[in-house]
Amino acid sequence: MLKMNTEKNTASKNRIIENIFSKFFFLSAIISIMSLVIIIIFVFAKGIPAIMEIGLMDFIFGKLWRPSSNDFGILPMILGSIYATIGALLIGVPIGILTAIYMSEIASKQIRKMIIPMVELLAGIPSVIYGFFGLIVIVPLIDQIAGNGGNSLLAAMIILGIMILPTVINISDTSLRAVPKEYRENSIALGASKMQTIFKVVLPAAKSGVLTAVVLGIGRAIGETMAVILVAGNSPQIPISIFDRFRSMTANIAIEMGYAFGLHQEALFATGVVLFVFIIILNLGLNLFIRKVSD
Amino acid sequence: MIKLLLKNFKERVIYCLIIFSTLVTVGILLWIFVFIVKNGIMHLNLKFLLSNYSGDETGIFPMIINTLIVIVSTIIIAVPIGVSTAIYLTEYGENGRIILVVRFAVELLAGIPSIIYGLFGMVLFVTILNFNWSILSGTLTLSIMILPVIIRTTEEALISVPKEYREGSLSLGVSKIRTIIKVVIPSAKAGILTGIILAMGRVSGETAAVYLTVGMVPRIAKGFLESGRTLSVHMYLLAKEGISFEEAYATATVLLLITLMLNQIVKVVSRNEGN
Repeated sequence: MLKMNTEKNTASKNRIIENIFSKFFFLSAIISIMSLVIIIIFVFAKGIPAIMEIGLMDFIFGKLWRPSSNDFGILPMILGSIYATIGALLIGVPIGILTAIYMSEIASKQIRKMIIPMVELLAGIPSVIYGFFGLIVIVPLIDQIAGNGGNSLLAAMIILGIMILPTVINISDTSLRAVPKEYRENSIALGASKMQTIFKVVLPAAKSGVLTAVVLGIGRAIGETMAVILVAGNSPQIPISIFDRFRSMTANIAIEMGYAFGLHQEALFATGVVLFVFIIILNLGLNLFIRKVSD
Repeated sequence: MIKLLLKNFKERVIYCLIIFSTLVTVGILLWIFVFIVKNGIMHLNLKFLLSNYSGDETGIFPMIINTLIVIVSTIIIAVPIGVSTAIYLTEYGENGRIILVVRFAVELLAGIPSIIYGLFGMVLFVTILNFNWSILSGTLTLSIMILPVIIRTTEEALISVPKEYREGSLSLGVSKIRTIIKVVIPSAKAGILTGIILAMGRVSGETAAVYLTVGMVPRIAKGFLESGRTLSVHMYLLAKEGISFEEAYATATVLLLITLMLNQIVKVVSRNEGN
């Protein structure tokens, strides 16, 4: 009788423990959702009033950023971020995809084993180090060629191009390796060459992964702050050539946040809102695309 | 015949491009490492590592300590939440809709640039909750920032634990929670540890978000409500202000060595998993 009671007790105790833990796991999972929601709420709540006060059109399409005289147009920064990101893609995507092709399709196991840790290391290097490297190596090089002081759109494109490499390589490599072996064997058996097989069969089969890699690369490039500040020159003007100085949206926030107050500070948050909207559109677009492909 | 040659030529060019790209990737990594370490190692001595940054002293000791404080406290907050989230996603997957929303939120959190995390931390923790620029503000901000890394790696590790382990344990009458704690998590230990180390790397290298939430006072933070400059923020200021390139090279070398060390640890951990 006593024994039965204790058994009953442990059973109900177990159920209680089980309950507590599963509640805790559930609450933890909810924290991610809540975090996202409060981040959006706080950043938007601080930025939207400024956009209302300045006027959406004047804010986004205004070409003049001069907080001292209440000019808050961020078109130069929007274009600067977009140009720098496009440049980074032009440099980083081909090199990244071709490196991934080498790793997954051509390299021997040993060489692959040597390259993987290098790519991991490239991914682990802090962005401020990339910026510093750009400042002391890339900027002087550009200065030698163009005589413009070196701080430029081109310098940012190169540094960002390098920074997105590990993202592009890793994800492309994973998706290339996920292509079934039979695709390659069949293609070779049909008389296609190795290169034809890679570019006409394997790469197209991995296209959704490669596209994901590109989109994540865009996210990394457009969101990068410190590395860009160190090489861009940061003048809030629309760059006409790749040798011009420019300022990104991220740089605009980081440089002026230290001393801004009032409407000026809110306008910096509003810059964050615009950047945020870019990121959200990017993610939603990717999600829709992947869903379409996998259907 | 000509067509065949041309095809061959074209293929050769493509092959060369592939090799060239790989060499560029590897070359850039070596270039960055060799260039910075070569210039930095000369100024790297015990005095630089262990002295303060005030008056005549230009040491980075306070920055090293602040970085450690931020890393440890961020990990302490984020790891239990992140691991629990991953457990919920993999082991309690009955409620499909919530899982979908959590996954989407984690994905978006992973895509948010660090400067936005900085802005958020500045409004909520620094200003509204009045923690000012402090270790606490930074830690809370960074904890959210690294959640996705921990959740994803833990989830992957949990998924790779064979189903039979769970079934075996459950069929022996072990409760679900005990199965998770005693069987599933130990088998996924290496993967979870890898996630934690990756998150540590992310925190130690983070600049923008830290700059806006922890501030840049170059002293050891004596409490959680005090500001303190971390290594990467110090690095940024040295480079930006052009104060001293010697110090900048040396600090960059320290940061690179930390990166290298964390990467090595990941490798050792995942090798042990294989055995």
